[in-house]
Amino acid sequence: MADSKAKSGLLLDIRNLRIEATVFPPGEAPRNIVLVHDVSLTLEKGKVLGLIGESGAGKSTIGLSSMGYGRGGVRITGGEVILNGRDILKGGKEGFRRLRGREVCYVAQSAAAAFNPAHRLMDQVVEATLLHGTATRAEAEKRAIALFKKLSLPNPETIGERFPHQVSGGQLQRVMTAMALCSEPDLIVFDEPTTALDVTTQIDVLAAIKDAIRDTHVAALYITHDLAVVAQVSDEIMVLRHGRLVEWGGTRQIIKEPRQEYTNALVSVHEIEHAEQKPGTTPFLSVKNVTAAYGRSHIKVLKNVSVDIYPGQTLAVVGESGSGKSTLARAITGLLPPEEGTVTFDGRPLANRLADRPKEDLRQLQMIYQMADVAMNPRQTVGTIIGRPLEFYFGIRGRERDKRVAELLDKIEMGKGFSDRYPAELSGGQKQRVCIARSLAAKPKLIICDEVTSALDPLVANGILKLLLELQKEESVAYLFITHDLATVKSIADSIAVMYRGEVVRYGAKSKVLTPPFDAYTDLLLSSVPEMEIGWLEKAIKGRRMASAGN
Amino acid sequence: MSSPVVKLVAQRIALGILLLLAVSVLIFAGTQILPGDVAQAILGQSATPESLANLREQLGLNQPAYLRYFHWLGGVLTGDLGTAMSSGQDIATSIKGRLWNTLFLAFWAAIVAVPLAIILGLIAVRYRNGWVDKLISGLALASTSFPEFFIGYVLVYFFAVKYQIFPGISTVYEGMPFGERVQAIALPATALTLVVLAHMMRMTRAAILNVMQSAYVETAELKGLSAFSVIRKHAFPNAIAPIINVVMLNLAYLIVGVVVVEVIFVYPGMGQYLVDHVTKRDVPVVQAVGLIFAAVYISLNIIADIAAIVANPRLRHPK
Repeated sequence: MADSKAKSGLLLDIRNLRIEATVFPPGEAPRNIVLVHDVSLTLEKGKVLGLIGESGAGKSTIGLSSMGYGRGGVRITGGEVILNGRDILKGGKEGFRRLRGREVCYVAQSAAAAFNPAHRLMDQVVEATLLHGTATRAEAEKRAIALFKKLSLPNPETIGERFPHQVSGGQLQRVMTAMALCSEPDLIVFDEPTTALDVTTQIDVLAAIKDAIRDTHVAALYITHDLAVVAQVSDEIMVLRHGRLVEWGGTRQIIKEPRQEYTNALVSVHEIEHAEQKPGTTPFLSVKNVTAAYGRSHIKVLKNVSVDIYPGQTLAVVGESGSGKSTLARAITGLLPPEEGTVTFDGRPLANRLADRPKEDLRQLQMIYQMADVAMNPRQTVGTIIGRPLEFYFGIRGRERDKRVAELLDKIEMGKGFSDRYPAELSGGQKQRVCIARSLAAKPKLIICDEVTSALDPLVANGILKLLLELQKEESVAYLFITHDLATVKSIADSIAVMYRGEVVRYGAKSKVLTPPFDAYTDLLLSSVPEMEIGWLEKAIKGRRMASAGN
Repeated sequence: MSSPVVKLVAQRIALGILLLLAVSVLIFAGTQILPGDVAQAILGQSATPESLANLREQLGLNQPAYLRYFHWLGGVLTGDLGTAMSSGQDIATSIKGRLWNTLFLAFWAAIVAVPLAIILGLIAVRYRNGWVDKLISGLALASTSFPEFFIGYVLVYFFAVKYQIFPGISTVYEGMPFGERVQAIALPATALTLVVLAHMMRMTRAAILNVMQSAYVETAELKGLSAFSVIRKHAFPNAIAPIINVVMLNLAYLIVGVVVVEVIFVYPGMGQYLVDHVTKRDVPVVQAVGLIFAAVYISLNIIADIAAIVANPRLRHPK
C-alpha cells in the first residue's frame, strides 16, 4: 500500500519495529519477551490509521513508540521510527522530550485518571504549549477556548477554571482531546479514547474527535479494540494480534471484505443466536417497588423499581453509568437495604439486611463482578477459591471437595491442572471463568452478573457469554445480567429492563423491548451502539431525539 | 459559609480540644494513682500523721479528686500552672524561658531538616533504584539508626573538641545576641536534624513513588516535561498529605522528644527541665510539662489534618 503514496506527504514511517520487555514470572528466572514483532506502518499527513486488536496485541505499545515512550520496562530494541523525515530513536532522551507534546500528542483511555487532580484544567491544557514555547500563555489559552468550543464543551470560556473532578467523564475526554490539539501537533495518538465511556456519551465524543481531526488536519493513530468505533473515524485500519500484523487495508475493505480469518472473527464477533424463552408462570424472585438511597442522602438511586426473575432465565438490566443498575443488584443481595419495597424469593420476603439473612438465602444468590482479578484473593489458589463455597455452604472437605472442584473446572472448560494456580497466573478470561465456577459451586438459583464481560476483549467476552448460556442450560440457573452493552443483551437476555436515572423506563420480554415504537431513552441507547457501517456516526447523530445524560 | 472545608476543619479543631481535655484528665489521674501525695513528698517518710493532715488541709488535698482536677484545670486555663514543690517557684514563669529555648532549637532544626528531607526525597525518586537513591536512603537510614547520644557525642568530638568550630555545651542566656545563640545551638540542631531526616525523606520518597504510577504522571511525561518537573509539578502536589503528616509528627518529636539531646548539650530547654523534676518527683511540674507536650503534639497533628484537607482539591472546590 505504502508504495502508492506520495513520499512528500509521509508523516510517520515505522520500519520493522521490535519492542521487548523483561517479565518476572513467579518462581522463574526473569526472561525477555517480544511484544512487537517487526511491525511496519506508514501514515500520511492528515490521515487516520486505526490500530485494532485484543489486549496484548501491542497496539498501545506501537502507538507510544511514535513518541519514543515505553510503558513500564518496555524497550524499543529494533527498527526505525521516522517522524517528519528523521529517525526519532536516534534522538535520545532530549530528542524525545522535544517531540513529545509538540509534534506528537497523546489522548489516554481514561481522561479522568490522566488529568492531574491537583491542577486546574486550563493549566494542564496549555502546559505542553508553554513548555515548548510555541505560544504565549494568552495565545495558548485563546486557542484552548476555541478548541473547547469546537469540541462542543459547555461553558468553553470558563470550563478551564475547573478541576478534573468537577467535570464529567465524557467532557474530560474532550478536554483531553483539546489538550492534545492545543500545541498544534502533527500527530495525535488516541489510545482507546472512548472505551471507558457510556455508549450514549461515546457517540458524542467520537463525533467531536472526528470533527476536530477533520478541521485541524492533524494525523492520528486511533487505537481501540472496537472495530465498529474505528470504522467511523479511520481512513485505514491495521489489525494486530500478539504483536504481529494480521491485516492492513482501507476501512471499507477491512470491515466488508476481511481477508484474514482473525479479522473476520473480529468483524462478526457479536453474533450469538439466543432464542428468547417465554417467561414461566411464577417468578422465583420478585422485586416490588424498591426505593433505595446511599447513606442518609435524599437522592434516591432507585425509584420504585419492580422486576421479576423466572427460573432458569436471564433478565438483563441495561442503562448508562449512574442509572442504578448495580444498586439494584446491591438491593437484591441485601448489601444496600432498600428504604421501601420488598424482595420476595420463593414466595417469601427476604430480609432487607444481609446480616439478617440465613445462610441458605445467601447460598441461593451469588454474584460475579466486572473486575475478576480484584474479586479473588491473590494469595489463594484456584482450588481454594472454588472450594470455599463448597466448604462454607455444604461442609464438603478433603478429597470430596477436590473432586467437586475438578468437576467445576471441567464445567468452565479449564483443566484440572489449574487447581494449583494463583489468580495472577491466569488471563483475564480465565479469571472470570474461575469466578463463574466459584458462584456455581454454591448451586444458586440466581447469579447476578455485574458487567462481567465489560473488562474483556470482544472475543474472550464472547467465549464467556457462550459459557454462561451453556451453564444455564445445564444447571437451570437464572441470571440477572447487568450491562451497558446492548449487543451483549441481545445475545443473552430473555427479558430486559432498561434503567434511566434510577427508574425502570422499559421492561418486558426481549422481543417486545427491542421492537419499536421506542421511548426516547431506549431509542437513544439503541441508536448509540456503534454499527460496523461507514457513515453510521453521522446518521446516528442526526437521528437523535434526546441528549445523553453524561453531558 | 457552608463549604465542606470549613466544616471539616471546625470538626478537627473541636476534636483536638476534646482530646486535649481527655489527656489532661489522664495526666491528672496518673499522678493521683502514684503512691503518696504531695504532702507526703514534702514532709518525707518521718512526718507525723498530724502534720500530714495539716499540710493536706493547707494544700487543699483533702478535697475530692474531681474538685482538685477542676481547680488545676481552671488554673491551667488562666495561665497558672501551680508552684514547683522542689524550688517553690512559679512553674509558668520558669517554663516560659525554657519553652522558648526548646522552640528556638526545634525551629532551626526543622528549618534545615524539613526542606532537606523533601528535596532528598525528590532526588531519590528522580534517580530511583539507582546509586544516588541508594546512597541517600542508606545515609539517611544510618543517621536514624544511630542513637541520638552517639550522634551527639560524635558531633561534639569533631566540631567542638577536634576542630573547635562550635561550642560543645550549648549555654544560652537571656539577652544573648542572635548570632551567638544560633552558633550555640548549631550542634544540637544538627544532631536533631540527623535524627528526624530519614523518616521524612523516606516518607516523601514512598508517597511520591506511590503517585508516580498514576496515569497523570504518564500524561506529564508525554507532554515532554523533564523527569524532575514531572515529579515536582505533577507527583508532589498529590503526595502532599502523607508528607505533611510525617513532617508534623517529626516536628512534634523535635519539641517533645529532645530530652536526650538537651541533656548531652546541657541546653536549658523543656526536656532538661522535665528530667530534673522527674528525678525530684516534683509532680506539679511533671503535670504541667506533660500537658504542654500533649498540647504541642495534638495541635501539630491537627495542623497536619487541616493541611491535608486544604490540599485536597475535591474538598476545596466541591462540585
